[in-house]
Amino acid sequence: MTLLEEPSTAIPAAEPPPAVSTQPAAIGDDTPRKVRNVGRTDLFEMAVALCSGVSLAVVLSVVMDWTNPLTLVLWACVGFSVSQWLLVRDRAGSVVATDRLMTSLVWSSGGFAVGILGWMIVYVAAKGIPGLSIGFFTEDMSKVGPLNPGGGAFHSIVGTLQQTGLATLFSVPVGIMTAIYLNEVNGRMAPVVRFVVDAMSGIPSIVAGLLIYTVWVSPDLPIIGKQGFSGVAASMALTVVMLPFVTRSAEEMLRIVPGALREASLALGAPEWRTILKVVVPTARSGLVTASILGVARVVGETAPVLLTAFGSSSTNYDPFSGPQSDLPLFVWSLLKQPNAAQIQRAWTGALVLVSLVLILFTLARVVSNRGARLGGSR
Amino acid sequence: MFIVCSVLPTRAVHPGRQISAAMTSLLTPSFDAADVPRAIAQQRSRADRIFRGISFSAAAVSLLIIGSTAVFLTLGARDAFGTSGVKAFFTDSVWNSSLGTFGVFGVLVGTLLIAVVGLMVAVPLGLGLALFINEYAPMRIRRPLTGAVDLLAAMPSLVFGMWGFFVFQRYVVGVAQFFADHLSAIPIFRVFDGEQLTRSGFIAGIVVGFMILPIVTSVARDVMAQAPREQCEGALALGGTRWGMIRSVIFPFARSGIVGAALLGFGRALGETIAITIIVSLSYQPNYRILTEGSGSIAQLIATRFPEAQGLEHSGLVAAGLVLFIVTLIVNLIARRIVSKSRSAH
Repeated sequence: MTLLEEPSTAIPAAEPPPAVSTQPAAIGDDTPRKVRNVGRTDLFEMAVALCSGVSLAVVLSVVMDWTNPLTLVLWACVGFSVSQWLLVRDRAGSVVATDRLMTSLVWSSGGFAVGILGWMIVYVAAKGIPGLSIGFFTEDMSKVGPLNPGGGAFHSIVGTLQQTGLATLFSVPVGIMTAIYLNEVNGRMAPVVRFVVDAMSGIPSIVAGLLIYTVWVSPDLPIIGKQGFSGVAASMALTVVMLPFVTRSAEEMLRIVPGALREASLALGAPEWRTILKVVVPTARSGLVTASILGVARVVGETAPVLLTAFGSSSTNYDPFSGPQSDLPLFVWSLLKQPNAAQIQRAWTGALVLVSLVLILFTLARVVSNRGARLGGSR
Repeated sequence: MFIVCSVLPTRAVHPGRQISAAMTSLLTPSFDAADVPRAIAQQRSRADRIFRGISFSAAAVSLLIIGSTAVFLTLGARDAFGTSGVKAFFTDSVWNSSLGTFGVFGVLVGTLLIAVVGLMVAVPLGLGLALFINEYAPMRIRRPLTGAVDLLAAMPSLVFGMWGFFVFQRYVVGVAQFFADHLSAIPIFRVFDGEQLTRSGFIAGIVVGFMILPIVTSVARDVMAQAPREQCEGALALGGTRWGMIRSVIFPFARSGIVGAALLGFGRALGETIAITIIVSLSYQPNYRILTEGSGSIAQLIATRFPEAQGLEHSGLVAAGLVLFIVTLIVNLIARRIVSKSRSAH
């Protein structure tokens, strides 16, 4: 193996004292010793390993005539791991070598996850920004031919606002009340309900869409008649997706309310319902708001359930109770399947708006929960 | 409804105390009754009972939803099961709406293969990420990292699909090519000449792996954080390396929880829809060679066929949805049980 050249260069460098700590603390020195895991030797070894990994990848790709950057990166990782392991083993034995290797792997898996997220967001932004214009937010697609310029996502933004708004309206009160039932009332059915909420949180979102399709969209219902595709059907499907999420996180939030508050309130003679509504819920308020916002962030990008219940449309439908309606994921979805650049461009811009919406909701949740923490409430 | 607060049987008390109790009862006979603990009956007020009723009816919504999913999907699937036969529905790989013959065997295989590839990606990465956040990362970046993982969970499936199809596929095809070149002895990696490596179950599986990464990570973090801190510190104090500590304390402790986390991720992967639909080209036939173009999942079948479906085909799609529902429900319940057991066992 070509890697064997490198360790020989590294051994002289390993002469400085083992680098678990930088300096031995003088006896009687009151300043605490700085505990460090990575010393100079480690850094040096990592640098050498990195060099050998990269050179391995470069040599391999030249020899094998590879052009794919991902293959290159993967081989560099393999080369780095192997040479780091060999280097450290020569200095400190295989136990430490395995530890160092695992440290690198764990760090890189952290970097990898953040990298994927960043790559995705940056790419969507880069692709989407060229399509941004005022018209994108004010026009719909009803009068736009596939090759024409102009047009926008107004109809989908209306749909998204109405559908997620209604879904929030349905699922937040029900979710919080369910959480109260589970955590405060703790009635006889609580284990069953908890079990069912768990089961529900694993239902694929497309099954939620199918459910609403079979019970609301397609059948000829008594009294109200056949409903067909509509925004409200979509919001019901989204509710099915959102409800377990809101319930579980609301329950977590209620759980961290200190029991002393409840007992104090009950001991003062307040009835249970007043205790819950006036003491427990206000204490957990910022947490509950955060849970709801994150719930919205979860469902705002759902495509599959909406496809089966609102179906999508290219014109603006302000009435969520009748007729097909679009929303942002459906807008992107329908344009994505079309084979021309203008439509794909609109799809990317739609995706950008969607991602920004998720990011905004996340920031909002963070702000609310931080403010709650500062005000001395729950997290 | 009443709650008995303390049930201390008088005979089980210390003999000395019994005597003293007898003496007091001699002195003051009225204490006699006090020896039998009073059952504290709590009569809830009407307002409380109404409140409890309201909260229960909210909780009942969840019961109702799960119940109606099972009932109505079964009812909706009856027609399709009737025309193509229940057994054939699981063992055939056809989708012919005009003949009314449906069989999901092919897409069921695809669903499982994609989910397994997803697990291969998500479990090592998720464990690494969980260890990173719990043990390795500097304190300052732990919170932002948790936020990033949550954000990854909230990224729309659609965006994953677009990124996977337009961007990631370009690079990962090289890896697929490498597998095809060097590992073709293994049947599932076999590729014949001239076959496309794009739009394959392999690529979709990797993207699905990224999508289930957050849930695997957060559950694994949860169970790993429960490992007793004294034992971790003990391992380090005995001179163990950090990895040694993780291997000898955290992993044995969290093993079943990690299995549960992987299963939860598997359940999620089975139900992923839009990302798979964007990346993979749907084939009704089972394609065991994951590197080659064409695969499919049940959810993809539903999302793809639904807009054009008429009459009986709707019933077929509902039947497919029912299968998906049952499979994910079973996987999820097993996973939840394992996770909560591993939590409560310690």
